[in-house]
Amino acid sequence: MERQKVTIDGNEAAAYVAYHLNEVIAIYPITPSSVMGELSDEWMSRGTPNIWGTVPVVQEMQSEAGAAGTVHGALTTGALTTTFTSSQGLLLMLPNMYKIAGELTSTVFHVAARSVATHALSIFGDHSDVMAARATGFALLSSCSVQEVMDFALIAQAATLESRVPFMHFLDGFRTSHEVSKIEKLTVEDMKAMIDDELVIAHRLRGLSPDRPVMRGSAQNPDVFFQAREAANVFYINCPGLVQKAMDKFAALTGRQYHLFDYFGDPNAERVIVVMGSAAEACQDTVEKLNQADEKVGLVRVRLYRPFSVKHLVDALPEGVRTIAVLDRTKESGSSGEPLYLDIVNALVEMSSQRKDRRMPTIIGGRYGLSSKEFTPAMIKGIFDEMLKADPKNHFTVGIKDDLTGTSLEYDEDFIIESPFGVRAIFHGLGSDGTVSANKSSIRIIGENTPNYAQGYFVYDSKKAGSVTVSHLRFGPKPIHSSYLIGRANFIGCHFFGFLERYDVLKELEEGGVFLLNSMYEHKQTWDKLPREVQQELITKKAQFYVIDATKVAREAGLGGRINTVMQTAFFAISGVLPREEAITAIKESIKKTYGNKGEEIVKLNYEAVDHTLAHLHRIQFPKEATSQHSRIEAVSSQAPKYVREVIGKMIGRCGDEIPVSRMPADGTFPVGTSKWEKRNIAQEIPVWDPDICIQCGKCVAVCPHAVIRTKVYDPALLKKSPGTFKSVEAKDAELKGLQFTIQVAPEDCTGCAICVDICPVKNKSETRLKAINMKEQLPIKDEEIKNWDFFLDLPESDRGLVKHSTIRGIQSLEPLFEFSGACAGCGETPYIKIMTQLFGDRALIANATGCSSIFGGNLPTTPWTKNKEGRGPAWSNSLFEDNAEFGLGFRLAVDKQSEYARELIKKLASSIGDTLVNELLSAKQLDEADIFEQRKRVELLKKKIARLKTPEARQLQSLADMLVKKSVWIIGGDGWAYDIGFGGLDHVMAAGKDVNILVLDTEVYSNTGGQASKSTPRGAVAKFAAGGKPMPKKDLARIAMIYEYVYVASVALGAKDEHTLKAFLEAEAYPGPSLIIAYSHCIAQGIDMTTAMSDQKNAVLTGYWPLFRYNPALAFEGKNPLILDSKSPKIPLDEFMYSQNRFKILTKTHPPRAKELLKLAQEDVNKRFEIFEQMAAQAPAAAEKKDQ
Amino acid sequence: MDLTTTYLGLKLKNPLIISASPLSEEIDNFRRLEDAGASCIVHYSLFEEQITGEIYEADYYQTFGSESFAESLSYFPKPSQFILGPQEYCEHIRLAKKAVDIPIIASLNGHSLGGWTKYARHLEEAGADALELNIYYLATDPEDTSEKIENNYVEVLKAVKSVVKIPVAVKLSPYFSAMANMAVRLDQAGADGLVLFNRFYQPDIDLENLKITPNVLLSNSPEMRLPMRWIAILFGRIKADMAATSGIHTAADVLKLLMVGAKATMLCSILLRKGIDHLGRIKTEMVEWMKEHEYRSVAQMQGSISQRLCTDPELFERANYMKVLKSYHSGKR
Repeated sequence: MERQKVTIDGNEAAAYVAYHLNEVIAIYPITPSSVMGELSDEWMSRGTPNIWGTVPVVQEMQSEAGAAGTVHGALTTGALTTTFTSSQGLLLMLPNMYKIAGELTSTVFHVAARSVATHALSIFGDHSDVMAARATGFALLSSCSVQEVMDFALIAQAATLESRVPFMHFLDGFRTSHEVSKIEKLTVEDMKAMIDDELVIAHRLRGLSPDRPVMRGSAQNPDVFFQAREAANVFYINCPGLVQKAMDKFAALTGRQYHLFDYFGDPNAERVIVVMGSAAEACQDTVEKLNQADEKVGLVRVRLYRPFSVKHLVDALPEGVRTIAVLDRTKESGSSGEPLYLDIVNALVEMSSQRKDRRMPTIIGGRYGLSSKEFTPAMIKGIFDEMLKADPKNHFTVGIKDDLTGTSLEYDEDFIIESPFGVRAIFHGLGSDGTVSANKSSIRIIGENTPNYAQGYFVYDSKKAGSVTVSHLRFGPKPIHSSYLIGRANFIGCHFFGFLERYDVLKELEEGGVFLLNSMYEHKQTWDKLPREVQQELITKKAQFYVIDATKVAREAGLGGRINTVMQTAFFAISGVLPREEAITAIKESIKKTYGNKGEEIVKLNYEAVDHTLAHLHRIQFPKEATSQHSRIEAVSSQAPKYVREVIGKMIGRCGDEIPVSRMPADGTFPVGTSKWEKRNIAQEIPVWDPDICIQCGKCVAVCPHAVIRTKVYDPALLKKSPGTFKSVEAKDAELKGLQFTIQVAPEDCTGCAICVDICPVKNKSETRLKAINMKEQLPIKDEEIKNWDFFLDLPESDRGLVKHSTIRGIQSLEPLFEFSGACAGCGETPYIKIMTQLFGDRALIANATGCSSIFGGNLPTTPWTKNKEGRGPAWSNSLFEDNAEFGLGFRLAVDKQSEYARELIKKLASSIGDTLVNELLSAKQLDEADIFEQRKRVELLKKKIARLKTPEARQLQSLADMLVKKSVWIIGGDGWAYDIGFGGLDHVMAAGKDVNILVLDTEVYSNTGGQASKSTPRGAVAKFAAGGKPMPKKDLARIAMIYEYVYVASVALGAKDEHTLKAFLEAEAYPGPSLIIAYSHCIAQGIDMTTAMSDQKNAVLTGYWPLFRYNPALAFEGKNPLILDSKSPKIPLDEFMYSQNRFKILTKTHPPRAKELLKLAQEDVNKRFEIFEQMAAQAPAAAEKKDQ
Repeated sequence: MDLTTTYLGLKLKNPLIISASPLSEEIDNFRRLEDAGASCIVHYSLFEEQITGEIYEADYYQTFGSESFAESLSYFPKPSQFILGPQEYCEHIRLAKKAVDIPIIASLNGHSLGGWTKYARHLEEAGADALELNIYYLATDPEDTSEKIENNYVEVLKAVKSVVKIPVAVKLSPYFSAMANMAVRLDQAGADGLVLFNRFYQPDIDLENLKITPNVLLSNSPEMRLPMRWIAILFGRIKADMAATSGIHTAADVLKLLMVGAKATMLCSILLRKGIDHLGRIKTEMVEWMKEHEYRSVAQMQGSISQRLCTDPELFERANYMKVLKSYHSGKR
């Protein structure tokens, strides 16, 4: 049968089969598996049926634990049910997995394998999650490639139905889940042929039904539990055979024969690698190459890891094998070896006692590829070379340099085995310039229009603004097994000129290869603009150098800054992967497919871009010697601290792979204040202050998401050495009389979002388009502004005692201790965090839920969290997604306990310390900055006094003395955490009554994982998992919290009323119990204009969509109504707010009648909620609470 | 009383047409307008910017920030189909056609030669009985010559005419140097009707915020003098039917415009101000006046005071200017 060839990624391959073979799908987003759930939800919303002709139901849950519970429930009730997950998500499913397996329930979980967070979180791929699930009783089936993902998803389903053992089918996160590959698509008929309906019916009939009641889930006692566990043995004994049976049936159907363990290589191999997952593909490439050189090497791919079949493994191994290297993509600290290694050792030990005909080989185990670390043929050859040694290293690592415990293997990095046929292309793109989309399209074009095989893999940055994407594309006549980045490219495209200044773009270019550059310079001038290293590399490699001003072509065609179509056309024109005319026709067809549903006009514009590309594409002839006078820029300044230069700087310069083990902190602890060394220069325009018309209101400083706009007030005498263009005016505020005032922009850290300009309330009276801060091109003013910024930094910080802390105007000159984060340009979350650090940063402890804020706050290489000149600043950590409230409560308990102990010790040591100081220390209220300042002085005095004492108590007190200064505990996270996965903990922490400050950065969607609906998502909004518009209203977290009556609750929107936000932060921190601030945070995931997003928040308030209020239990103590409604009843209809955002508007374009209906309901929601608040705020206060409550 | 008239080849029960406006946004209003006596409704406009801009906007926000960060390679589900402005518009026309028996004229508003013009075909397919092409162009570029602009009008008309079979009227602005010549050129280029005139919305200034604010002002009755003059002048000189629009608020306004040669009169502001039912009152007053003045039909009066058929044709020309000034001074005395 001729099957369709498709170019898709691993996630889609798994989801395609899973969707067609199930009735119920319970999901929760987690990278890198989210796409499987998203596709299922999309297909459901389009009414796509499964193979039995019914549309599966897809249900998003509040967490993976919830998803697993729902899966268990649906399975128990007899439905074919599945889920998708990764990493921590899988860990949350473990309890249910034991149950599902214990009850012999057929299901397949599809897992994009990802690192489990240990010393750090990582979203990338390894097997630490699936290995943590290996004891659950689930069968573990491993896919190595995108084709295998589709095939094994089906084989697993067939096998689970027949064996009754539940399956976990796993693919390597990113390497396979995100690799785009040309594969043969299984048909519905294939699936029907593989799935026995009788087994489906048997599964269904095992389900609970009151029509044939049974009970399951009993509690058992010591007398029988053990026997019952053993009763399931036969199912596990039979399972491997049934999997092989399914594989054989599949082979008869499709011609692709798989085995539980598949051997590849010389039949007489003496050295064999045993490996699981995508690494097997790289090993196959390498074994093939080494076999050609007569090396007797081979490879065993482990397909079915659980139940482990010793017999099948032994049968797969060549008889003459002398040395086996077992490779694990996981680390089990403290074990005698990693799991696969131990299983192989055990299998062969068992073999040696049972199969006397087989010789016991030497077995070594090693770790590779943690967190998607590259695993290359060079490393694999290094392992084979090690196996030749008389005493090969066991428990080795490969791919890193372990200079600490010496585990790493040496290997020859130049062993590169790229196929000489076809095209190997690397593209460096800038953020969302369309490079990745274009490459995905190219893969499809080639995959679908030629007999060539195609593969694409994409490497992304850790930043959300101005990030770098690197695409690796291979096309060739043979199937592509290269599960590693391109080592030697015959085509490199650089889509942003600035990259050439920052890192080695041409590293992988082979001799004679093509280099295509998108240059904003005229093509004849481009050579002279290249850094010297780039010129030299082009000369040495005899490169074919092409230049195009794609930005200009795209702009002229009306495509704005999206250069994808232009660069794609240029690639096809030069690479020759298809005949030029054929390629252009294919590109146009692809454009039609991509944009056709959005209208003919956009198709036409892209056609125009294609047609104009060739005329602007120039081949550049260059001299034989480099002529450039300038070099690449150093990754970090030579002024940076040593650790930043030598370690963090390597990561910034994209050379993190070179950092040896000894330079990494063993426990994940890093210095703060490092983002300031990562000068990213991503803004084409930066704000420039006009001191003449500025009213010094501080709004621009307050809203700046990256803390690049700063204010200081200072002694005029300090201006003597200021640079010529440094701007300064007299401070306008009465309390600052006699001081100078400056607003300074950090020119190299700004992202150019322009949100400051939008919020500025001042207009130039002579030229009303100008404000008191205006965007100007960065390049011409960069050098002078760097000097100004450096001078500004050297000015002393403003006197915290002098400025008002209760006004936005006042706090503008308080030093932020959160700066230059990796957040999106125009981010709506970061300004809140920044304000918090300005007010309380020097005594803050922060528990940060996983999500956007943990990523822009804690993703290496640098961190925006920083400290002041006294060395104080926020201490920050991230535990998990689900437990952040509890994590933060732990901070509070520790601080309180330590403070209490310190007070106890002071009392004990009172005679040595002196009564006056003791009394002052113990009675200090610390209600404001001045109090805290005084207490700090007392603590310093205390430390001096007890330093003389040699008693154990004094030593204890010395380490606890700082706890006598009030600490501010902040629990920060997004709505996915607060409303969904972490709500149980959040609720408990609020109920516990301790003094914690909870800041919910409410974007009303899972922003970090790409826009999935949360319970905060409002009615009528389109989000992933709510493709047809969210039918239910947003959960009212504020009112839930108010029910406790002792929780401070505030609803704020900085862009709508900044003073209100400030007041809420001050009150929340001052309130001695739990405080909850729900902060409206605009977000890129809402589909909005990020430049005006802050001022657009006004409409959120004016429509009543986001009422502003403060519920302060302290007022109840004074006999007042605790609820103060700070915004007025709705003034304008809700649609004025909603339809300025794509998340709502898109529904009017996809489901117009439904949009209308949901808008009506949403308006009712808003009206009703506002009325309730009005009533609550108008109520006469209850009798004054007793203070001792 | 025979109130019938023919406009764009459409036989209308009376000359009261509803011009393109928010009145036609709700399907219910179509029924109410018909019940109140409207003989034809010009559907609210489909704008060139809707056809082009909305597509870009949908694509921009759907893909903004995508394929950039490993965890969030996109932010929105991929809909299988977008129902964008033009499709919604066509659907609305279909619904309107089902709702009423009177003819529906689709309105296409734009100014440039481009892909949008071929949407006219979709409007025809949706059931529109005719098309009103509103060429809304402000010649702000000092490089643009009047000749270039005039040619553009003609080309846009031809482009639209080439894709539809239904009649096409052109709604014009009054700001041509050679208004009469322009009318003739459009007539020769195949316009089945001319709608006189478009009102260009004039922006206002928000003094508090020093901002320009878009501002829609409803028309006033005296504004009908401008179309009245030009219809009077053009009557009998072009084949195309003429409809009057702008400032038609009373039965008297309607009657005057018919008398200078309008085949139909288009109303909007007065109905927005006083409600749809007010149309019935205008119609009643019109009939009463005709009865009182012994007119038998609308056809009888159409063109009767046009420049060609009136007693003082010069009053529609420059000479009129002097009379106006004189009357002003005599008024002062």
